[in-house]
Amino acid sequence: MNSFLVLFSRDVKLNIRSGGGALLSCFFFFILIAILPFAVGPDLQLLSKIGSAIIWFAALLSLLLGLDHLFKADYDDGSLDVMLSSSMSVEFIVITKLIAYWCVNALPLILITPLLGLMLNINFIEIAILCLSLLIGTPALAALGAIGASLTIRMVKGGVLLPVLILPFTIPILIFGVSATANIINGQAYITQSLIYLSGISLLCCAGAPITAAYALKRIQ
Amino acid sequence: MTQIYQNFFSKTVETIVCKELCVERSGRRIFDNISFSIKAGEMLLIKGENGIGKSTLLRVLAGLLHHQNGKIEYIGISDQEDYPRHLHYLGHKDPIKSALTVREQLDFWRAFLPSIFESNKERLSTFDVLKILDLNHAIDVPGAYLSQGQRRRISIARLLLSPRPLWILDEPTVGLDTQSEQIFMTLMQDHLNKGGMIIASTHVEMKNLPATPMHLTQDGLIKIEEATVE
Repeated sequence: MNSFLVLFSRDVKLNIRSGGGALLSCFFFFILIAILPFAVGPDLQLLSKIGSAIIWFAALLSLLLGLDHLFKADYDDGSLDVMLSSSMSVEFIVITKLIAYWCVNALPLILITPLLGLMLNINFIEIAILCLSLLIGTPALAALGAIGASLTIRMVKGGVLLPVLILPFTIPILIFGVSATANIINGQAYITQSLIYLSGISLLCCAGAPITAAYALKRIQ
Repeated sequence: MTQIYQNFFSKTVETIVCKELCVERSGRRIFDNISFSIKAGEMLLIKGENGIGKSTLLRVLAGLLHHQNGKIEYIGISDQEDYPRHLHYLGHKDPIKSALTVREQLDFWRAFLPSIFESNKERLSTFDVLKILDLNHAIDVPGAYLSQGQRRRISIARLLLSPRPLWILDEPTVGLDTQSEQIFMTLMQDHLNKGGMIIASTHVEMKNLPATPMHLTQDGLIKIEEATVE
């Protein structure tokens, strides 16, 4: 527990301070959503219909934005060597770094989602469900991204390759994440079902990804 | 003082025996049949041309790379899998973050690398370690403003923050000035006196240290042979 807190607080500090990029993904998320209505046009009905899809897609892109640095920063300056040659299990290191990444990059997105939901004319119940589905779904996105981050660790242009590798695998998360809110509009009672599927996928990703990423980190040396 | 020193690492790794170590990376054999042993209080100096595999050997010993054949035995500890807790690896790169101050980085490593001892009383504080390395004036300086030599000394500080018997050092003196090099030599001598072990690769002569030089050579297959000790 102690080593978890030590590594967690270090990663949070590094993310928040200059060059960390925690606020960057938050601004990117905001800008994406603020700009999209200009492309769609001033149709309030259409906006409220596709609003949650826009927010989910923007969250996906903003989360992937900083993920290539999850292990790369530590790999480049040799910190990862010291961590891997310590007695700490690699899976534990991956999980801790992931939790820190999620807290700093995903949590702020979810917190400003209600505000952006209002901008897109989404009603209150839908915003609540949207936040819930983001809360359940974003850990899975980050976990999948960790696999990509561990595989592209030695690449200079890893930041570009990572989304190409990972985005196809995020489709199920995107489908269930958005459908959790879509079903409300049609007055159907399938909200819980989508959220249950989403939770299942999220649990699977969060349990499997650290093992996969840790294996890649150990082998890629 | 020496009496305390001799028993300092008494309950940890006493001897490391490396038998017929063979390392392949993506189908290419890096070395074959490397055998050596090192006891408490001994130092092994690995020499050889550039690109011969010195760093690879040290990374294998630190557990960062896998070896295909042979084995490394750690005599003196009951759980062989637990060996990473008994070693420090100092690589080419200095793990220093620009955004953290010297105190923050070292406090992190101090907490992250657990001590082999039950109690914390054998452990030096971050400030004490920086004082030994003549860096106490830089304790609140962010990593971004440190010079190359200072970065190296902060990496070395890691070795002192958590007492561990085996030091694996890859070109440890690169970037150090004469004075810091002298301090570092004294620290290594201290470590050996305490019953620690050092395996280092270096081009610098370490005359004052009781080191056994080994030559990593390439004879078709790379072998390690004991060079003549003067």
